[in-house]
Amino acid sequence: MNDIRTIALVAGVLLLLSVVTGVGQFLKRHPDRGIDAAAVRTFNMRIRGWWVLCTVLAAAFWLGSTATVILFGCVSFWALREFITLTPTRKGDHRALFWVFFLFTPLHYVLVGLNRYDIYSVFLPVYATLFVLARAAVAGDYKRFLERTAKIQAGLVVCVYCLSFAPALLELQVDGGPERVSELGSRDANFRLLFFLILLVQFADCMQYVWSRMLGQNLVAAAVSSNRTWEGLLGSATSTALLAAVLWWAAPPFQPWQAAIVGLVVAIVGFAGGMTMSAIKRDRGVKDYGTLVVGHGGVLDRIDSICFAAPVFYHMTVLVIGG
Amino acid sequence: MLAPADMPTPPLDQPASRSTLCKITGLGLAGLARLLAGASIRWIASQPDTCQRVYFANHTSHLDALLIWASLPRRVREITRPVAAKDYWSRGALRRWLAEEVFNAILIDRTDIKVHQSPVDLMLRQAGSTRSLIVFPEGSRSTSGEVGDFKSGLYYLAKKRPEIELIPVHIDNLNRVLPRGEFLPVPLLSCISFGPPLWLERDEAKLDFLARARRAVLSLKE
Repeated sequence: MNDIRTIALVAGVLLLLSVVTGVGQFLKRHPDRGIDAAAVRTFNMRIRGWWVLCTVLAAAFWLGSTATVILFGCVSFWALREFITLTPTRKGDHRALFWVFFLFTPLHYVLVGLNRYDIYSVFLPVYATLFVLARAAVAGDYKRFLERTAKIQAGLVVCVYCLSFAPALLELQVDGGPERVSELGSRDANFRLLFFLILLVQFADCMQYVWSRMLGQNLVAAAVSSNRTWEGLLGSATSTALLAAVLWWAAPPFQPWQAAIVGLVVAIVGFAGGMTMSAIKRDRGVKDYGTLVVGHGGVLDRIDSICFAAPVFYHMTVLVIGG
Repeated sequence: MLAPADMPTPPLDQPASRSTLCKITGLGLAGLARLLAGASIRWIASQPDTCQRVYFANHTSHLDALLIWASLPRRVREITRPVAAKDYWSRGALRRWLAEEVFNAILIDRTDIKVHQSPVDLMLRQAGSTRSLIVFPEGSRSTSGEVGDFKSGLYYLAKKRPEIELIPVHIDNLNRVLPRGEFLPVPLLSCISFGPPLWLERDEAKLDFLARARRAVLSLKE
């Protein structure tokens, strides 16, 4: 960590986390402030989650980009487990699923680690999809064929393909260009970019909740989510754009106005991710397999917004560096 | 039929007599099985204990016995013996070694059941007065995922040794991890639920008892 901006970013985040931890503990000790005790508990759990996230990211940074790719690979693997567990498949999908878990997912992350964008950008959406279709057909079970294969494909795209664009940020490199852009390719700069994405997504989630609580009137889709409102979305998109613009210096290659647009888009796309996962859980009736992931907290619940935001963020970055 | 007390003392193999290799393999496999099957373990109105028990569960996969065994705390695991089918587990040297030495399983010959040497007597003799058992009263793995009717073995077990705690166990989703007829597992998440003990009531009819035991397993589903 030899970069003044990295130090500033880390220090800022640590300070912010310490402050919210202090606030959380204060609210816990003073239950007479008129704030709902359950909300305080959720808040404190969220803060603990952020500390864990920051520790893991710090460890990943310290261990280097290969370790980070492996870490995200493990998260994808676990999220896919939850996704497939939640969606019913038939026995005819068994062999296809075996290869999905033990060949396609690891191999995709190997390609990400090798920075072979030309291959990994089509490997899962095209080749894994074709394989899953063909393997299920060969297995000889045609019942609800498209439905089953679509489920597996959706799981692969959301949990593995999309999420892998987050660690793929670490492999971005630029030759020449203005200083702001050519900074990419150094470990510090790329890690800051990844951290910027995660920070924006977490912040947007949080703001969504806060604005919905304060001003929320109109639910986006009452049947899918009972706490996501249009006001929350608007507030979260604006606040995130503002934060991104303020933190623009941390995230190469963006200029302040570019960072603001990125923040806005990340907030909206992350919101879409949360809604999508809610819809899937609603369809399955959360209670169904909710018990299965109890104690693990549900990795999928934590990463749904990142999964949706990562590819968009990645491609906006590529657009800006003109690659 | 001989009462348990009249039987010659069975040659009980103590945990200490197992080789270090078996112990390490056992620990490793237990960990691997739990990891692969993403098992969350729940004790519902029930606690792990080293007293003599019979764990009875629905049967959906070859991994069932291994996973229940692996879900028990280590001290309980060491005194617990799965009851398994001889035709499957004695095929090949590795499988037999795993069954006999590592899991310390009691192998029952499903094809050759003798009148004077019933599987229940064999199980009880092998269990002695200290060992717990893992049994699958459905007899074989269900194909549909539904829990089938229980065979009468559990009833005779309870009748001959009415003081043993019978613990219902429900295994969820393991049939998707390793379905019947497959040999490669898919690492989905499963759930093992242990319920409160039950006993054979005085004068309880065989079918009533078996239906009650089956309901006890099913009630753990939620």
